[in-house]
Amino acid sequence: MLKTENNFHQPGKRFFRAYRPGDDFYAALIETHRDLSEAQSAQVNARLILLLSNHIGDLNVLREAMAIARDGIIPAGDAD
Amino acid sequence: MFLTYQNPVYTYLKSPDQAATEAVHHPLVVVGAGPVGMAAAIDAAMRGIEVLVLDEDNTVSVGSRAVCYSKRALEILDRLGCARPMIEKGVTWKLGKIFFRDELVNQFDLQPGEGHKLPAFINLQQYHLEETLVRRMNALDNLEVRWKNRVVAVENGADKVRLTVETPDGPYVLSCDWLIAADGANSPIREHLGLESKGQWFHDRFLIADVVMKAGFPPERWFSFDPSYHRGYSSLLHRQPDDVWRLDFQLGWDADPEVEKRPENVLPRVRAMLGEDTEFELEWCSVYTFRCRRMERFRHGRTLFVGDAAHQVSPFGARGANSGIQDTDNLLWKLKLVMDGAAPERLLDTYSDERVCAADENIMNSTRSTDFITPKSPVSRTFRDAVLELSRSLPFARALVNSGRLSDTAFLVDSELNSGDDEEIPGDMVPGAVMADAPVAGSAGESWLLETAGSGFVLYLYSADASGLDDTLLQQLRLLSRGRISLESIVVAERGTAPGLRTLHDAQGLFAERYGARPGTCYLIRPDQHVCARWRRFELSAVSAALARATCTVRGGTFDAENRE
Repeated sequence: MLKTENNFHQPGKRFFRAYRPGDDFYAALIETHRDLSEAQSAQVNARLILLLSNHIGDLNVLREAMAIARDGIIPAGDAD
Repeated sequence: MFLTYQNPVYTYLKSPDQAATEAVHHPLVVVGAGPVGMAAAIDAAMRGIEVLVLDEDNTVSVGSRAVCYSKRALEILDRLGCARPMIEKGVTWKLGKIFFRDELVNQFDLQPGEGHKLPAFINLQQYHLEETLVRRMNALDNLEVRWKNRVVAVENGADKVRLTVETPDGPYVLSCDWLIAADGANSPIREHLGLESKGQWFHDRFLIADVVMKAGFPPERWFSFDPSYHRGYSSLLHRQPDDVWRLDFQLGWDADPEVEKRPENVLPRVRAMLGEDTEFELEWCSVYTFRCRRMERFRHGRTLFVGDAAHQVSPFGARGANSGIQDTDNLLWKLKLVMDGAAPERLLDTYSDERVCAADENIMNSTRSTDFITPKSPVSRTFRDAVLELSRSLPFARALVNSGRLSDTAFLVDSELNSGDDEEIPGDMVPGAVMADAPVAGSAGESWLLETAGSGFVLYLYSADASGLDDTLLQQLRLLSRGRISLESIVVAERGTAPGLRTLHDAQGLFAERYGARPGTCYLIRPDQHVCARWRRFELSAVSAALARATCTVRGGTFDAENRE
C-alpha cells in the first residue's frame, strides 16, 4: 500500500514544527539539481527514481505510485 | 493621501542638549522609532532604564506596510502594555487557505486548540501599531522621543558611543553608554560603522495594492498559485481593519515597477481578481523586490543592532517585524542586567548568538517559501507544479505546498544559557523554547500564565496540593528570590496555597499538559519567557547553577554563582 500521508522524518532529529521535515526534504531535492542543465536534471531524476524504487522494492507499491504519477497526463501526441 | 487614514505629525522640539557646550551623556539611545525601535525603548523604560529615542521623521509609517502580527509578537507587546488596543483594532485570524488554479488545495489553522490569551495572528496596518507604541512611549516618564533627529555620524568607542545628530536647528553631539540601532534595512548606523549585512537578492517583483471595499470575504489568508485571473503567477488576499484589503500580485522580474504602479495598470488586475461587480477604491500601492540577508553578528561593542538593521527576510511568512520585536525581547533584560552591573557584558554576546540563530531560521524559511513561489530553474518549476497538482488529492503533497511558513518562534536549543534538560519530561517545552501560555487562576486575579512571567526570572514548581509542600522546600523557594538576580518562585497547583509564595491554579489542567508536569516538576524561565532549564524535582543548587549559567555569572568569573547577597 502506497503511503500518501505526510511521512517525512529524520531519525535522531527532533522537529518542533510540522512543516520542517517536508521543507528540509524539498530544499535538499532542489539543491541536488543546482547548476544542472535540463538534460542533466532529467538524468539525476532518473537515477533518483531507480535508487528509491529499489529501496522500496515492493512492486505493488511501485506500480501504484507509477499509476498515480501518470494519472491525468495526456500523451502529447494525442493532445490535439 | 489615504482614504482611510491620515498620518499624525509629531512635534519637533528643540532639546536643551542642542545648546549644551559639551556633549550631553545618556545611558541608552535607541535610533529609529519603527515597531522594533519603539518596542526596545518601551521595554527599556519599563525595566527602569532612562532611554532616549531619536527618529529622523515626525510621523508613523507611510502606507500600511507590515500588516501581520504574530502571537509571539503580541505576547511581547502585551507585556509592554500595547497589545489590547491592537487586538481591538486589528482583524483576528488563524486560517490560511491555498488555492491552485482556483481550486482549494490546502488550509492551515495556526492556532488549533483553546487556552491562549492571544490570537495566532492579527492584521493591522503598521501605522496603527506605531501610533499605539507612540502613545505608550509618551506615557513613560523615563523615555524621551526626539522627532526630526537624524544621526549623521557615529563613533563607537570602547567606553561610550558618540552621535552627531542633524535637526531642523542644525547639528548637535550627544553620547551614550549603549546604542540600539533600529534604523531599518538600510541602517545608516551600519553604514557609518562600515559594517555589512550579507545575503541574496531575489529576482522577482511584487505589487501591493491596498483597496477599500465592503466585501464578504472572510478574515483568512488566501494565497493563490496560478489563478485564472493572473495566469502563471501567484496572488494574495488578506483583510485589514477599516475595510482595507491587502492584495499582492507576483509580477515577475521583467516587470517595470514604474509602469506597474500606475493606477491604469493596477485597477484591471484588481478588478480581474475581485470580479467586475465588486466596488472598490485604491488606497495605496507599491512595487517591491526583496532580499534575505543578515549581519555576521548583532553586537558591535556598545552598539546593538535589532530588527531589519540586523537581518532582513522576504515578506512571505511575516517574519520581519515579528522577529524584530523578538530581538528586543531577548536583548533588553540582558542589557538591564549588564547596565546594573549584575551580569558581565558577555551576556550581550548571547543576544547576538541567539538572535543570529533565530534570524538564520527566519531567513531559511522565507527563502524556501520564495523558492517555492518563484522557482529558480525549469526543474524547480516542474517539481513545484507537480507538488501543486498532487496536492489536490494527496495529503503528503499538501504538506509540501509552501506559500509562506508564518512567523513562529525559534527553539534556542543550542544556547549556552540553557542548562541540561530532563529528557523524561514530555512535550516541547525544552530549554530554549518560548513558554506556551495556559489559563491559570491566582489570588491577584492572574488569568494567564504568561502574565506571571516577563519581569525577572521565574521558577515554576508544579504540585498537586500547594498547601502540602514541606517547609524546607518552601524556605528554599523563598530563598531563591533574595539573590542579586531577580527571581520569583511561583507554585502552580491543582489546589491549595503555598504560604508566602504566589500560587496559581492550573484552571483547566493545561499547564500540566503543555509542560508535561507532575508533582515536583519545575521550570526555570528567563525574563523573555524562554525556558532555560527544567527538572523532575527541585534542587536548590541546580536552580542556582542554572540561573548563573543563564546570566553568564558562573563562579570563577567576576560574578558569584550562588546568586546570594
